[in-house]
Amino acid sequence: MDQQSRRLYWRKNLQYLAILLTFWFVVSFGCGILFVDYLDQFRFGGFGLGFWFAQQGAIYFFVLQIIIYVFLMNRLDRKFGVDEKGDAQ
Amino acid sequence: MNVTAWTFVLVGLSFALYIGVAIWSRAGTTGEFYVAGGNIPPAVNGLATAADWMSAASFISMAGLISYMGRDGTVYLMGWTGGYVLLALLLAPYLRKFGKYTVPDFVGDRYYSNVARVVAVICAIFISFTYVAGQMRGVGIVFSRFLDVDINTGVIIGMGIVFFYAVLGGMKGITYTQVAQYCVLIFAYMVPAFFISFMMTDMPIPQLGFGSELADGSGMTLLEKLDNLSTELGFDPYTDGRKSTLDVFFITAALMVGTAGLPHVLVRFYTVPRVKDARSSAGWALLFIALLYTTAPAISAFARTNILTTVADMPYAEAPAWFTNWEDIGLITFDDKNGDGIVQYRGPHATDTENELDIDKDIIVMANPEIAKLPAWVVGLVAAGALAAALSTAAGLLLVISSSVAHDLLKKTFKPEITEHQELLTARIAAGVAVVIAGYFGINPPGFVAQVVAFAFGLAAASFFPVMVLGIFWKRMNKYGAICGMITGISFTAAYIIFFKFVSPELNSAEHWFMGISPEGIGTLGMLINIVVSVVVSLTTPEPPEEIQQFVENIRVPADAGEAHELSA
Repeated sequence: MDQQSRRLYWRKNLQYLAILLTFWFVVSFGCGILFVDYLDQFRFGGFGLGFWFAQQGAIYFFVLQIIIYVFLMNRLDRKFGVDEKGDAQ
Repeated sequence: MNVTAWTFVLVGLSFALYIGVAIWSRAGTTGEFYVAGGNIPPAVNGLATAADWMSAASFISMAGLISYMGRDGTVYLMGWTGGYVLLALLLAPYLRKFGKYTVPDFVGDRYYSNVARVVAVICAIFISFTYVAGQMRGVGIVFSRFLDVDINTGVIIGMGIVFFYAVLGGMKGITYTQVAQYCVLIFAYMVPAFFISFMMTDMPIPQLGFGSELADGSGMTLLEKLDNLSTELGFDPYTDGRKSTLDVFFITAALMVGTAGLPHVLVRFYTVPRVKDARSSAGWALLFIALLYTTAPAISAFARTNILTTVADMPYAEAPAWFTNWEDIGLITFDDKNGDGIVQYRGPHATDTENELDIDKDIIVMANPEIAKLPAWVVGLVAAGALAAALSTAAGLLLVISSSVAHDLLKKTFKPEITEHQELLTARIAAGVAVVIAGYFGINPPGFVAQVVAFAFGLAAASFFPVMVLGIFWKRMNKYGAICGMITGISFTAAYIIFFKFVSPELNSAEHWFMGISPEGIGTLGMLINIVVSVVVSLTTPEPPEEIQQFVENIRVPADAGEAHELSA
């Protein structure tokens, strides 16, 4: 892999991280802590929305974020030809 | 069959399973002992990581804590899951590409310094011992309550089991027993939750039952009923927060970052074959953890409602069996202050009468099936699950201690000439000695075990996490920055916690804390200090050598990840 594509690969990786970590911050620290009282005025099933994010929602979004990350990075690896061959044994 | 008989049968069967798995998966080489030969499939590693991570604290204590904290319980729920996002995105794939055995290995190689390696070893050993003592204590409590044996005998039986498979099997044995333990613990956690959710709301899935209408015909949702009950008895409403927003923020961040810096979790990502497996196995791990962590707050709310309706204003003479059983071992205390023979359970805002009841938070999960009048086998199952959670975490921690001593201190620092055979023998002896020390602390717990847990997370957050992330994402970071950063981060965090927990515990309240940040959350500030110091010191000292910059370039790209280790080095 040459210097140029190394740099491109890394920059793309950092972009994905910036987007995903912003999303991570918003659903947990944002919805679950900083804006929890504001969101509690909206109902979500039997929950206040803020309470739901704090005790349920944030965790679902965490799982979703890792799934998206794995998908994006596998695609990026293939595009740059740095995906690993061979199966998990 | 009664509860004790069921518990004997279920605990006995689960122990036989772990021993069978351990014999089947013995380790023969250092590679197998430290990282299970580096060929664990990602979903299997996810299962093992989940069991490794979820300790007696997650299984036994967490739901109970949340049932007392209400909405503030989110610090544990988000704090102990959100760290996996950081792990997956910032650490796991790069550590796997690096591909050695331990966390101090990475610190020592990246910062071309044995001083940095030894600082890392000390942190790893301290964090791990703190944790493992708590696990052994949990084992003792389960044995004494459900199997009618002495707490000390319980600890010794637990030690024997862990000794057997950690010393014999190393990482390979631990990995497969942890898979079995995950299955036992999640089954044990979910079965009572399904039952109780169905009984109380007609909705068997606890995550949904938590937000449903009650089945008692009142037309109220569970949380409305719980808020009303709490307010009537003088407690704060369940769905309101009591801690300051800033403190909740800092505690959550410290637990998240601490999770991503815990050596026994990080080391699991060396055991998968490829970089992409490290990424996906972090996802599997979080999925398996989320199953328990989204159920826990539901259990908290159900249990709290059950307790408030059962014991508040109950005549003492009519107390159910579970009440008197837990009272016998001192985890429920009732003091009939007004002598009317009725249990008055009241919160801090109650005006009608004094509170007469004290329920230890740790018993909520274990007492919950009995409070809800579930069949005896469910109670036995919960005991087996609690033991699985405690033993799986204890084994992972003991392995970190053993590999730190045999690999990082002996092989890499003081006696590089020893053979693989000698290194493996040392690792086994170190694991054996560590089991005995952990057992000693389990039998004679230092009074502060629970409090030191905050300490371990704070330390991991303030020491390992910044050094590892900067080491990967910032090539200019050098050894001077890393050593100064780790030392200032740890010293600041340790000093703050020691001051408020041990030196002047009478000052441990919000008005004396720095900016209102509790000792549990101070690791976040320690981490920020570490980062600032690392950056400033690195920029004012020479940049790292060319080959280190190459090393960083290399771990950033997955291809040619190669083998997990040098097989006979």
